[in-house]
Amino acid sequence: MEQHSHGAGVPLQIRSERPKSTKVADFEPITIRDEQWRYLPVERLKGLEADALSEYLGDLQFEGGNSITTEWIGSDHALFGAAGTPEDRTSAASWESTDAAYLISVPAGPEEHAVLTVNSDDLTPSALHIVIESKLHAKGTVVIDHRGKGVLAENLEIVVGDESDLTVISIQDWKAGSVHTSAQFAKLGRNSHLKHVIVSFGGDTVRVTPSVSFSGPGAAVDLFGVYFADADQHLEHRPFVDHSQPNCTSRVTYKGALQGNKAHTVWVGDVLIRKEAEGTDTYELNRNLLLTDGARADSVPNLEIETGQIEGAGHASASGRFDDEHLFYLQARGINELEARRLVVKGFLNEIVQQIGIESIEDRLNKSIEEELKRSVK
Amino acid sequence: MATLEIKNLHVTVETEQGTKEILKGVDLVIRSGETHAIMGPNGSGKSTLAYSIAGHPKYTVTQGEILLDGENVLEMSVDERARAGVFLAMQYPVEIPGVSVSNFLRTAKTAIDGEAPALRGWIQEVRGAMDALKMDSTFTERNVNEGFSGGEKKRHEILQMELLKPKFAVLDETDSGLDVDALKIVSEGVNRVKAATGMGVLLITHYTRILNYIKPDFVHVFVAGKIAEEGGPELAERLEAEGYDRYVNA
Repeated sequence: MEQHSHGAGVPLQIRSERPKSTKVADFEPITIRDEQWRYLPVERLKGLEADALSEYLGDLQFEGGNSITTEWIGSDHALFGAAGTPEDRTSAASWESTDAAYLISVPAGPEEHAVLTVNSDDLTPSALHIVIESKLHAKGTVVIDHRGKGVLAENLEIVVGDESDLTVISIQDWKAGSVHTSAQFAKLGRNSHLKHVIVSFGGDTVRVTPSVSFSGPGAAVDLFGVYFADADQHLEHRPFVDHSQPNCTSRVTYKGALQGNKAHTVWVGDVLIRKEAEGTDTYELNRNLLLTDGARADSVPNLEIETGQIEGAGHASASGRFDDEHLFYLQARGINELEARRLVVKGFLNEIVQQIGIESIEDRLNKSIEEELKRSVK
Repeated sequence: MATLEIKNLHVTVETEQGTKEILKGVDLVIRSGETHAIMGPNGSGKSTLAYSIAGHPKYTVTQGEILLDGENVLEMSVDERARAGVFLAMQYPVEIPGVSVSNFLRTAKTAIDGEAPALRGWIQEVRGAMDALKMDSTFTERNVNEGFSGGEKKRHEILQMELLKPKFAVLDETDSGLDVDALKIVSEGVNRVKAATGMGVLLITHYTRILNYIKPDFVHVFVAGKIAEEGGPELAERLEAEGYDRYVNA
């Protein structure tokens, strides 16, 4: 395991020992002295640090194919809590503040895709619980598209059925003033595959914690993330893969661009390979591109390995700068400044963007990137 | 027939010790089809001249003019100069994260021509130019200058020149760090582009070695920020024998 620096007073926490509970009272108040919250001052949460939250009452629009179904389920339903248990305070507060979850079911049959748009329009600290399940042999894509303005603590559970192949795309494209914490839990069944794509662009503060576990052997997970932080934005992603079953693979690939004063991104990637997870193959990577001065990217990969019987385990993390010399080089070839930045950013993020596989979303992202870049070119 | 005129050029740069004048009145006229060698000792301002023509923001022109067919180059942005037909082959090309060579070349070509090149012809043109420079075809998939060897960087510069077809090319110590084989390949590239397009060449070098492969029509000896002596190819031969001492100690 590679050593990474931890600040004074922030104890190094072994991931398997982190507390889990659906009760908010089981968690300490949020402080930057806690490893989980060390990059995020509590003031930025705008009320999500509270013990109780309002139930989300904003818009939920569902557009799906013929076979993907939706319904509200109560907290006593078998699928409520089937993919995971909260590991932090806002996730627990959201859990306790919701007595129903919005369930999206992907059945076996022809491959389809569906979009759930969470379109909030007020800044009341709110809680929302969504469950996505793919049934045995199912194949499909579910997009959760967060937009509008909101202050939302969300739990998103993803129950990936045996032998199924599910893609989940979570887009965070909030308006200014918004705060979003999203605890995303995925549990993968035997020989299943999950492609999970995080796209974070808009919102003052966005914190997504995707946490993957396995209920059977032979499963594979691909976690992708793409983000673009502007001045004063805080975008934080903490993917965690908990390998507890044999012969599973995980690939974690996150890329982000930053520009402007106090643009801040955080990536903490944890992978735990438990003793019983023999034959695990894992690799995690995070790359950041800083387009201007004044931006900051924190990137911390952690790998805990409890068995020697694995196929492979590795990680990489790097943050690079786009500077005046790059600009000069490209301009000296006739390329104007905006085009030069566009070339670099699109080239850099494309590896992730092309994973989305839905043209309308890719176009929207490319347009967002373009608009962000125009802002930075005088 | 195009003309690049440099008239009484004075250029300063900001240093920790304050503003420092590097170029102290440079006069030079280059016409299409001509090759001018600028030779001089380290620190004489040769590279500053190259960067000033291209418009690097670090250098400030305090006096004088650069004209391309009568147009004021100093009023143009860096990319406008390139589109007007000025090309600088850099001594230290920078790595550009996230941009593949193929994407970069196509974007540059589109910017220079004002329209995207027809795909099929373009791919053939790139492949042909790369073959001529003995570059592997997988090269285009790599990121610009990332992990390139010194020789690969210089070939990549010449490849761009070949594809972008400038009116004038400034080669800033393109020979530095090249072994004999690479020097030959790069020089042949310059000669080939010149023969095909009739471009003018400003060849900046410390050593006479490259002049065995690229024959200059004019040689200018550059000392302490200006041209100390001018002549034909025979001047290079004299420098080879005598070095720069005569000028530096004069």
